[in-house]
Amino acid sequence: MSQPTIELVDIYKSFGSTRVLEGVSLSLFPGEVHSLMGENGAGKSTLVKIVAGLHLSDKGEVRMNGQEVFFRSPSQAQLAGVSVIYQEPTLFRDLSIAENVFMHRQPKTAYGWIDYAEMNRAVSQHMSQLGVSLRPDDPVLGLSIADQQIVEIIKALTFEAKVLIMDEPTAALSHEEVKRLFQVVERLRSKGVALMFVSHRLEEVFSISQRITVMRDGRVVGSGSLEEWTMDEVIRKMVGRSLEALYPKENVAPGKVVLRASDLRRAGVFKGISFEVRAGEIVGLAGLVGAGRSEVARAIFGIDPLDSGEVSINDRALTNHTPQMAMAAGIGFVPEDRQQQGLVMEMTVMRNVTLTVLHQVQRFGLVSKEKEREIAARWTQRMRLKGHIEEPASILSGGNQQKVVLAKWLATQPKLLIVDEPTRGVDVGAKSEVHRTLSLLAQEGMAIIMISSDLPEVIGMADRVLVMHEGKLTAELARAEATEEAIMFAATGQTGPIRDKKAKATSNGQS
Amino acid sequence: MTKEMKSAAAGQRWLSAVLRSREGNLVLLIAVLTLLTTSLNPRFISPQSLKDLMLNVSIIALLVLGQTVIILMRQIDLSISSIAGITAFFSGTLFINYPGIPSLAVVLIAILAGLLLGGVNAALIAWGRIPALITTLGTLYIFRGANYAWVHGRQVNAVNVPGSFLAIGTSTFVGIPILTWIVLILLVVFAIGLRQYRVGREFYAIGSNPNAAVLAGINVSRRLATGFLISGAIAGLAGALWLARFGTVDATAAEGIELSVITSTVVGGVAITGGVGSVVGAVLGALLLSVFSSTLVFLRVPSFWQQAFQGAMLLLAIAADAYLAHRHALRLRVKWSHV
Repeated sequence: MSQPTIELVDIYKSFGSTRVLEGVSLSLFPGEVHSLMGENGAGKSTLVKIVAGLHLSDKGEVRMNGQEVFFRSPSQAQLAGVSVIYQEPTLFRDLSIAENVFMHRQPKTAYGWIDYAEMNRAVSQHMSQLGVSLRPDDPVLGLSIADQQIVEIIKALTFEAKVLIMDEPTAALSHEEVKRLFQVVERLRSKGVALMFVSHRLEEVFSISQRITVMRDGRVVGSGSLEEWTMDEVIRKMVGRSLEALYPKENVAPGKVVLRASDLRRAGVFKGISFEVRAGEIVGLAGLVGAGRSEVARAIFGIDPLDSGEVSINDRALTNHTPQMAMAAGIGFVPEDRQQQGLVMEMTVMRNVTLTVLHQVQRFGLVSKEKEREIAARWTQRMRLKGHIEEPASILSGGNQQKVVLAKWLATQPKLLIVDEPTRGVDVGAKSEVHRTLSLLAQEGMAIIMISSDLPEVIGMADRVLVMHEGKLTAELARAEATEEAIMFAATGQTGPIRDKKAKATSNGQS
Repeated sequence: MTKEMKSAAAGQRWLSAVLRSREGNLVLLIAVLTLLTTSLNPRFISPQSLKDLMLNVSIIALLVLGQTVIILMRQIDLSISSIAGITAFFSGTLFINYPGIPSLAVVLIAILAGLLLGGVNAALIAWGRIPALITTLGTLYIFRGANYAWVHGRQVNAVNVPGSFLAIGTSTFVGIPILTWIVLILLVVFAIGLRQYRVGREFYAIGSNPNAAVLAGINVSRRLATGFLISGAIAGLAGALWLARFGTVDATAAEGIELSVITSTVVGGVAITGGVGSVVGAVLGALLLSVFSSTLVFLRVPSFWQQAFQGAMLLLAIAADAYLAHRHALRLRVKWSHV
């Protein structure tokens, strides 16, 4: 076997008290695609960021062609030949494609002026080599995510990247776009570039990789060439524990219909969304990033306007659909981004919890501290929050912050609770607390919609799984039918054998 | 696929056409306004009133150059009027204390003083990481306050300033005031700098996406500092030219013009959110507002209406931008969705 282009040896990394990487070793070889798999929170992204020069490891070595290297900034890594393409491209949308590619290192003419002609020519050349037809002088504003990734790849090529790392590049792409991306990847591979591919999509990983490494909880739990792996084996290694242990959803006999969504449409985002959620039911909403799941949730809660369709709670249609109305009707919404949308970081836990129920803590029009404390204590105890309620929310761990957000919405005693990625970025312990609580709430008769990209979580927690693909519901799977493959097929919009067998009958999204 | 790409290309052409035509739109508006006013009052385009117009717009237009660099980076510099005020009086005292000092030396010293004061902003913003709005609001008051304390009720009069220096503010060359020539030359320098040099493009990059700028290896702190130094130096020059233009300077010189400068820049198409715009557009913005003010004077509109009209122009420009951006976003949303 040839020498690896880049080698990570025994990498350790912690953030505060949270250990993210514990002795990870990984090698990328020229002309090989090495896929890195693992559940959310396994440490893949941190590993990528260390190679990219965004984080320094606490311990361990990075070697390129046998020599130890230290990347203190992304540009150092790029100059050394390591380029990273993130899931969300990082481009200057107001500038042209060519300028994005050559920012900070534009070619110059003899007079020292920027050589736009040369810049456009170089970018055109790479475009035709990759078989894409874009105009180098068009602005990036207006390109699809897929085209923006192509711009990032071209940027990497102009750095003569020897190592190209792609962090979930296909998450937001359509089937056609993925095919084009893979053709590009094949061309790079044939040129001897060492590629790393971080992905959740098993089929893609098996179709493109020569080598697969699986991570779990900050460690490598399996690594080998493609022939040594089966899909089952990868999933087993990724999950590494029985599903029931982490996802304690009790079986609850569903009650009456709480939410009825009929033919929801928002132009350009989603359409034809119809489903019901019953009391005591947890309905999982699965799909890839960009499928429109969060957007549907936002529309149900009244944040984004609907172009047509109707939302009703307990058979009463919501008119004048605003978040205030939605809350009054009994909808609670725990958004995806805790830091930005869920919590006021500078305020105390107590203040955060009572924010949704200010009218309950008022006395003579002023906020009563005793009432605040009483309500906050009740709901945070319920959530088994670690930490004092008079401390600012910012000092809590991710898991505990999520509990505060949940407590805040529980205080409104909603009939329907929508949780968007409830366990993203929280550790395993807090994760199972969150799951336990959701399960308990369902048992008490709350209707819950859980949006999650974490497939084992969806499969473990949900009574029913709705799958979205490109703004449409593509499958509705009962608990028994909801396998990782079935969900993935529907989420990628493929008409595979599983979907044919199990999901077609219900693919209209009506129960 | 090809159909989608075609419509994508068409959309982009539409967009770049809009972006490119901002300067065109401004020229058109200025022409219409001029014709309209002239038809009502032919004296509007008499040589004297044209010269006044050019003189009036020059110092604002000069400051607009520096402000454009700042706003392109999603920053703001409110302190320019105070810097110009200090350097205006300072230039006057140089002539008083050092009789016979060459005019060029005074201008250079004024620029240097502006650079120094801009350096205070630069240090606080780039390395102190204090938001530019707060920093320059603070220095706006500090510099002006220091100026009041230092000037202490004194005044520089035209008799203290040599005629050769005052000529910069009054005489013309091929029909155009020297003052305006200075601005035009600097406009060309800035236009080329922002378009043809890496530094210039990096100003755009920082305003467009600060995080991506860091990833591209741009030293953002240094570029921010560069911007505020440029803005300070320009304000220093503006101060010296203020003295040349008006001859009489006290502690209130240039007070309040920062808002006209920012208004002009934004009306001229430099997005307050950074990354978009050009110095040519910004200077045309200044010209438009200036023509507009003259129009109101010629049409005998009471002077207190002038500020209200200026404010209305600003809101109109921003509203138009927001509307176009919204339409474009909607177009993209529908275009890239598969629904």
